Amino acid sequence: MNRNGIFALCFNALFALFMVGPLLIVIGVSFTPTGYLEFPPSAISFRWFKAILDNPDFIDAAWISLELGLASATLSTVLAVPAALAIGRERFRGRDALQGLFLSPLTVPTVVLGVAFLRFLSLFDINGTFFGLVLCHAVIVTPFVLRLVLASVTGVDRSIEMAATSLGASHWTVFRRVTLPLILPGVVGGWVLAFITSFDELTVTVFIVNPSTTTLPVRLFSHITQTTDPLIASISTMVILLTVLLMLAVNKLYGLDRLLIGGEAR
Amino acid sequence: MDQPAFNHGLQMAFLELQALNKRYNNVVAVEDFNLSIERGEFVSLLGPSGCGKTTTLQMIAGFTQPTSGAIMLNGRDLGAVPARKRGLGIVFQTYALFPHMTVEQNVGFGLEMRKIPADERRRRVADALDLVHLTHLGDRFPRNMSGGQRQRVALARALVIEPELLLLDEPLSNLDAKLREEMQLELRRIQQEAGVTTLLVTHDQSEAMALSDRVAVMQGGRLIQEDSPFDVYEKPATSFISTFLGKTNSLAATLERDKAGTTIVIDGTRLSGPDTALAAGPVEVSLRPERIELTDAEKATISGNVIERVFLGDQWLFRVETPIGKLLVMQRNLGRREANVGERLHLSWEPEAMRLLPRGEG
Amino acid sequence: MKTTGTSTPWLLSAPALALFAALLLTPLAMTFLLSFNSFSFYGGIENTFGFQNYAEVLSDVYFYEIFGRTFLIAFITTAICALLGLPEAYILFRMKPAWRSFMLLIVLGPLLISVVVRTLGWAILLGNKGVINEFLRDIGLISSPIRMMYTSTGIVIALVHVMIPFMILAVWAALQRQDPATERAAESLGAGPLTIFMRIVLPQAMPGVLSGSLIVFSLSASAFATPAVLGGRRIKMVSTTVYDEFLNTLNWPLGAAIAILLLVSVLTIMLAWNKLVERRYSGVFE
Repeated sequence: MNRNGIFALCFNALFALFMVGPLLIVIGVSFTPTGYLEFPPSAISFRWFKAILDNPDFIDAAWISLELGLASATLSTVLAVPAALAIGRERFRGRDALQGLFLSPLTVPTVVLGVAFLRFLSLFDINGTFFGLVLCHAVIVTPFVLRLVLASVTGVDRSIEMAATSLGASHWTVFRRVTLPLILPGVVGGWVLAFITSFDELTVTVFIVNPSTTTLPVRLFSHITQTTDPLIASISTMVILLTVLLMLAVNKLYGLDRLLIGGEAR
Repeated sequence: MDQPAFNHGLQMAFLELQALNKRYNNVVAVEDFNLSIERGEFVSLLGPSGCGKTTTLQMIAGFTQPTSGAIMLNGRDLGAVPARKRGLGIVFQTYALFPHMTVEQNVGFGLEMRKIPADERRRRVADALDLVHLTHLGDRFPRNMSGGQRQRVALARALVIEPELLLLDEPLSNLDAKLREEMQLELRRIQQEAGVTTLLVTHDQSEAMALSDRVAVMQGGRLIQEDSPFDVYEKPATSFISTFLGKTNSLAATLERDKAGTTIVIDGTRLSGPDTALAAGPVEVSLRPERIELTDAEKATISGNVIERVFLGDQWLFRVETPIGKLLVMQRNLGRREANVGERLHLSWEPEAMRLLPRGEG
Repeated sequence: MKTTGTSTPWLLSAPALALFAALLLTPLAMTFLLSFNSFSFYGGIENTFGFQNYAEVLSDVYFYEIFGRTFLIAFITTAICALLGLPEAYILFRMKPAWRSFMLLIVLGPLLISVVVRTLGWAILLGNKGVINEFLRDIGLISSPIRMMYTSTGIVIALVHVMIPFMILAVWAALQRQDPATERAAESLGAGPLTIFMRIVLPQAMPGVLSGSLIVFSLSASAFATPAVLGGRRIKMVSTTVYDEFLNTLNWPLGAAIAILLLVSVLTIMLAWNKLVERRYSGVFE
C-alpha cells in the first residue's frame, strides 16, 4: 500500500485536532478551581467533580438514562432479532416494506418523531412516564440493532444449519446452538449501539419527559441553554470518559467502523 | 516450437534479474534470485504459495523495492524507475478492471496516459479488442461480463500499450476448470500473436507447463530449477520438484556401483539401476506412475496385490502393495476390465525410468 | 434464501411490527391529523379540519426565512463534509493498520459521544468570552471579540463536527469495496498519484460520497441540539421552531404543520437525490 505524503499527514493531524479539540476543551475547563470557565485552567482542581455529588438532579438523571438505555436496548434487541431472521432469510410478500418500516426511524427527522410521540403519549395520558420513554426509545434504536443483526444473519451459511438438522437437532436447538452463536457478534454489537444511542438521545426525549423522568442529555441541554459553567463541563467530562471506555470495549469486540457502518464492511 | 538461443556470455538477456533479495523485518521473502529471459520468451515462475514468486513479480513491476539486487530490462536498470514509468503490461489476479469505466475506456486508459491522440487510440483499442475476440463488447461495464471476458479485457488493457514485458499474476486462478483450459490455449495464442516477452506467476504446474517455454521453480524464496517444461518434469532437480510437478513414487534406496553398472537396493530388493553421476550410498528414487507398465509374471520387475483402484475415465490408477513399498501405477484405459482390489499385478519399468536424487533434500 | 408461503416470517416480525404500528405509524398519522386542527390561545386545540396552519406557514416570510436558512445551513454543512471527509477517508484508507485503527477511533469515536456534550465544547470555544476570542485577544490580533455564537457560521462549524463522521463512514465503506489492485493497475499503465486519485479512486468512492451526503443533509436539516445551543432564539432553524411551538407557545397544530412540512421536504429531497444517484450509477456498480 502506498504511503501518505507529508501534506496528507498534516491534513490528517489538523483533522484529528478538529475532531477531538472541542472534547479536550470540555475536559480541560472542568478542572478549573474558579467559578467560571477558563482555558487553560489556572490550576488543576477536582472541585467541580466533587460538586457533581451535591447535585442529585444530575445523578438522578444519569440513573434514569442508564435504566432507559438498558431497557430500550434490550426490548429492541428482543424484537429485532426475530424480525431480522425473517427479513434476512425468507422471501415473502411485503418483505421490503417491512424492512423499510423498521429502518424508517433513521429517515424521519427526529424532531418529527418527537412531536409525534408527544401527541400519542399525551392522548393516552402516559406522557412523561418511564414506560412511555422505553417504548419510544425502543422504536428509535431498533433500526441500529436490525441493521447489525441483519448483516450477521445474511452472513450465516444456511448449510451449517441444515447440517445441524440432519444430525438430529430440533428447530429450537438449531437456533440456540448454531444460529445464535453465529449471529451473536451482531446481536451484541447492535445492543451496545442501541444502548449508546438511547443514552445520548436528546431531540425526541426532550418532548416526552416530565421533571421526574428527565434524562441526562435533557438535563444537560436545559442547563446549557441557560448557562455554561464548570459544573456542566465536569459532568460532560464524566460522560466523555464513560463513552470512551465503552467505545474501546466495543472496538475490541466488533470494530468501531464495522459497528457504525452497520456490519457491511470487511 | 523453437527454443530461443541462450547466450550466457557477455551479452545481456532481455530481462535479467540479478541477485535479487527481499527481506521484510528479517523475514526473507526472496533470496539471491537470478533469472534471464530472452526477447519473446514465455517463462513461468512456479511454486507453492509463500515461495516468493509474487514478491518477485511485484519487484519487477515496481510495487515493491528489492532489498538488494538489480532488474535489467533491455539493458536499462529499472531500479530507479517508478512503477508508472516502467511501461510493463500487468494482468492482475483479480483483473483489477476499473469498475466505473467501460471496456473501451479500460483498454484505452494506458494510451490516454501516454497522450496518444483520440483517433489513434480508438484504432489501437479496437485492434486490442480484436486480438482478444471482444470487439462487440466495447461499451459494456466490467460487472456485466463473465470471468473469462473480464480476463480478456485485462489482457487487452495490458497489451494495448505495447509493453516490453507482460507480467501475468495467477491470471487463470479465478476461472473454473473448463474455462481455465480454454483460456490457457487462448493466452498462448495471444502471447504469440503479440510476440511479447511474458513472465507468468502461478502455483498451478499444469498451467506453467502448458503455457511456457521455460519453467522456473521457486521454493522458500529461492530459484531451485530452471528448465524446459519437459526437463523439469523428467529431470527434477530435487524430490520437492518431483512431487510438486505431477505424481510420483518417492522411495528411499541405496545405490551400489560395480563394473557392470549400478544397482538400486530398496528394502533388500535389488533392481538394476540407471546411469547416474551420483556416488554410491543412500539416494532417493523418483518413479513416475505412468512409467510403470503391467506385464506378465515372468517379465515382471516386481509384483504385488492391488489395494486400491480408481477409474478416472481416460486412465486407471492403482495402488499396489509390493516388497519395495506401496506403488502408484497409472494405466491408460484400453476399454477392458482391469485388475480388481486384491488381485495380483505384475509390474515392470525401464531402469532409466527411475530418477535418482540425493537423499534428504527438499 | 427460500420462498415461503407460510406465515413464519410474519410471526417472527409480529412483535416488532406491533410496536412500530402502535408507536410509529399511529403517532405519525395523529400528528398529520393534528396539523389540520386549529388552535386558540384560550380554547387550546380545537378538533376542526382545515388548511389554515399550512396557509399560515406558507404565507409568512418569517417561515420562509427559517426553512431557507435550515436548508442552506444543511447544504453548506454537507458540502464541507464532502470536501473534508473524502480526502480524510482516503488518507485513513492508506494508513498502516495499527495507525489506522487508532485514527478511526479519533475520527469516528465522537459519533458515540452525546451531541449535547460535543456542542458544549463548541459553545465554550466560540463564545464572545470563549477560548478562541480570548486567545486572539491575548496575542493582540483583535481588540473586540469576533461574533461566532448565535451566528449561522458557528452552527455550520459545529454541525460539520457532528456530521462529518457519517460522511467518512460512507466513503470508507465505498473505499473498502474497491479492489486495491485497480490503483496499481492504473499506476502500471502510467498514471501519476493525482490522476489515480481523480480518475480511479474518486469515481469509485463517489457512491459513498453521495450516500454520505444524503445522510449528512437529512440529519443537518433536522438537527436540534446544535442550533438550539449555538443559535438560540436568534438563529432559528425548523427543528427549534417546532420545539418552541410545542413547548413554549403551545400551538401544537401549527407546530405539527411545520413538522409535517419538514418531513415532506426532507423526504422529497432524499427521494430526488436517490433517483439522481441511481440514474447516474445504474449498471456501473454492484
